[in-house]
Amino acid sequence: MKRETSFKIITHIILITVSLLSIFPFIWLISTSLKGGGENIFAYPPQIIPTDFTLENYTGVWKKVNFIGYFVNSMIVAGGTVLLNLILSAMAGYPLARMEFKGKKITFFAILATIMIPFQAIMLPVYLITLKLHLTDNVSNTAGFLGLIMPFAVSAFGIFLMRQAFLSIPKEMEEAAIVDGCNVWQIFWKVLLPMIKPSLAVLAIFTFIGSWGEFLWPSIVLTKEAMYTLPVGVNNLQGMFSSNWRFIAAGSILSTIPILIFFLAMQRYFISGENEGAVKG
Amino acid sequence: MFKYYGKYAPYLFLFPAIAILTVFFFIPFFQTFFLSFFDYTNNIYNANYIGIENYAKLFHNPIFYKVMWNTFLYLIGAVPILVIFPLFLAVLINQKIRGVTLYKILIYLPVIVSIVVAAIAFKWLYADQGILNYAVTALGLSPIGWLTDPKYSIWSVIIVTIWKGIGYYMIIYLAALMSVPNELYEACDIDGANFFKKHLTVTIPHIMPTIALVSTISAISAMKVFAEIYVMTKGGPLNSSKTIVYYIYERAFENLDLGFASAMAVVLLVIVMIFSFVNIFCFERKKYDL
Repeated sequence: MKRETSFKIITHIILITVSLLSIFPFIWLISTSLKGGGENIFAYPPQIIPTDFTLENYTGVWKKVNFIGYFVNSMIVAGGTVLLNLILSAMAGYPLARMEFKGKKITFFAILATIMIPFQAIMLPVYLITLKLHLTDNVSNTAGFLGLIMPFAVSAFGIFLMRQAFLSIPKEMEEAAIVDGCNVWQIFWKVLLPMIKPSLAVLAIFTFIGSWGEFLWPSIVLTKEAMYTLPVGVNNLQGMFSSNWRFIAAGSILSTIPILIFFLAMQRYFISGENEGAVKG
Repeated sequence: MFKYYGKYAPYLFLFPAIAILTVFFFIPFFQTFFLSFFDYTNNIYNANYIGIENYAKLFHNPIFYKVMWNTFLYLIGAVPILVIFPLFLAVLINQKIRGVTLYKILIYLPVIVSIVVAAIAFKWLYADQGILNYAVTALGLSPIGWLTDPKYSIWSVIIVTIWKGIGYYMIIYLAALMSVPNELYEACDIDGANFFKKHLTVTIPHIMPTIALVSTISAISAMKVFAEIYVMTKGGPLNSSKTIVYYIYERAFENLDLGFASAMAVVLLVIVMIFSFVNIFCFERKKYDL
């Protein structure tokens, strides 16, 4: 028994160390963001607890940077992306799970093939197409948002997830609905869709996280500061405040608060392991 | 069950998704190859067909080999650690101990935080007079140019990618560990096997498919890194931290050389597709029931 206890202690020591390493970069950023002008942020030895404690960096960066604007832009983009993914993936997953039709197999493999295509490799033509369709922020804000959303409006991952969900519903559900006189759209919308709510929630949450953190695409297509999403805006802090690390740190922490709240509220979806591999790495 | 839907219903349901995949996936896929045969440097709206010249330019460019070498370093630096260390953590966390949820939340935190914020946080740790160099000098060594010394920059960026991935793969492993039958461990306990022997003989063989899966997906994502490099080093100094996607971005949007950038994109496409193909048809068959 004694061996088992010491083993448990070692386990805890390792896990505590890894946990601390996981959050340390943020702790250090928070610490820097709370240090006033009277304290040297490059002091040796480094001070984790600020001696000249202040919230001025937060109020200062808040006044100079339109965080609310970035937040609203991110919400519009992530919200629109989630909504379209739910509707389009469910609509596409339904016939793939439940209907027989000509070309089903080829459709299935064509969708599967898109999983193998990395966005980074095709982003140049996607950019040219987006320009051709006038979906950029110098046309209008709405066009700009559509340009951010449309390339990610549906994914093979979502379609396959929905297909799996539909496959797990017993056929009797549809039979009963047919007897009740439902047409195919009503069966989809009123009978089947409510039954796959858990899968829709999973898709919504993981699409939201992916869209919220997206950096490459918005930094390619956006031209106006007023259209910046949070990641692009935060990256821009570096240019705005060049070496004012107090402001850069405060701004980075501020921008993280929304997703942190979201994660803590939804943590069971992420850490339970039931949705393994749902986030794109 | 009889066919309760009309002849066109399946196509109508599929249409919106297929339309978007066509415009933003299938057409760009073929267009990437197409663009790589044109020269856009004189006039972006009126390109000249130049055959394989962009590929010739690419393969004669020393930066291309530097970029490929860096990507290779990324693979050998990040993948083995991301395959082994999260598994070790998952095994530790998969015990009846206190605080499991808290550990999981803290270790998963880097996964959900924006890569831009993570890169800024590390840039601050790596600062010339930053906290890491304090630690280095406290050990009696001279300070390291984490992001400014061509010898170290790529490794400094790789550390960020590893740090951000550990929680993600740990959760994947945890899910796999749940499927290992308890009786197997009980048998080991009766035999008196120790911790390492137990996991080497039972756990690892049992979750081999997951280990293979983590290897391929971590390799694929290592080949697609961009934000870390963009935020921290811009590929420098002296191209020492430049990887494929950053190079594509730079050639396309800074040098406006779309043809050359597309040739580089084709190289990325081919490599990633090989990995993905293996992944889907060997390790994820069940997910897509093939």
